[in-house]
Amino acid sequence: MDAESIKLLAIAAVMALGAFAPAMAIGKIGSKGSEAIGRNPEAAPKIQTAMILAIAFAEAIAIYALVVALILKFV
Amino acid sequence: MEEISIKAEEIFHLGALPVTNTLIVSLISFSVLAILGILFRRSLSAIPGKLQNFIELSIEGLLNLVDSVLHDRHKTESYFPLIATVFLFILISNWLGLLPGVGSFTFEEGKHTVPLFRSPASDLNFTIALAIISVIMTNVLGILAIGFFKHFSKFINFRGPIDFFVGILEFISELAKIISFAFRLFGNVFAGEVLLTIMIFLLPYVVPVPFLMLEVFVGFIQAFVFTMLTIVFISIATAEHHS
Repeated sequence: MDAESIKLLAIAAVMALGAFAPAMAIGKIGSKGSEAIGRNPEAAPKIQTAMILAIAFAEAIAIYALVVALILKFV
Repeated sequence: MEEISIKAEEIFHLGALPVTNTLIVSLISFSVLAILGILFRRSLSAIPGKLQNFIELSIEGLLNLVDSVLHDRHKTESYFPLIATVFLFILISNWLGLLPGVGSFTFEEGKHTVPLFRSPASDLNFTIALAIISVIMTNVLGILAIGFFKHFSKFINFRGPIDFFVGILEFISELAKIISFAFRLFGNVFAGEVLLTIMIFLLPYVVPVPFLMLEVFVGFIQAFVFTMLTIVFISIATAEHHS
């Protein structure tokens, strides 16, 4: 295994592992948000805003993994 | 295959200042907003036309959004310029980066093909600058609202060992905010650009359309999230202490 192949494997692994936990987190946030809206449809705008914010935070972690993968590939 | 580089490519130099392709597009986005603002100001009338209606709609929407977090109309109106500018600048920059011509007009420079235009937020300089402005203004507005000592007592307080460490963690979290703001916007826009480049390279006809729609959506969401987080952090920093 030379350095180039290991680098390619590392890029793929960073992205695959780094997207796993945020995907689960976003799923959980979405499900809890939908549940909350179902229980209290009047508060839907507030819940929606909080949900979108939380999803953006969770997605940011996946983006960090993507940035590491991109830096490995292109720098 | 197109060349993808994380660093924004320099097109020419103005003296000692390198002008990058992202700087050019961000200047275009700035002039779009400025011209829109000037035209709107000139054509203000009691009976609104289409443009005035649309702009009033968006401003009211943004004001209500900020109100929903700050719960104080006076505060909303005084912080609105910063927040609305951040939102509109990032939104127009992201959307301008999707127009045909951005990324496709290239010229040769040695052995590299360099695109003449590039989405501004795909340049780490742009996003880090916006993140620093956002976080520093949050702190400045906090100082202006609740006073210098109250604001810094969040970071440096000697009431007890645990409070001291919490203060240090708060300070580190300010730095983490800058990094997370910058990399969230950069990662989304740069990844979107790479995705579009590769999709258009693989299948140039019809198939890239859903990806372009995704990028329109992502551009809006990232501007929205950046703005919402700024609003939330401002509301935390300017909250009157209930002790």
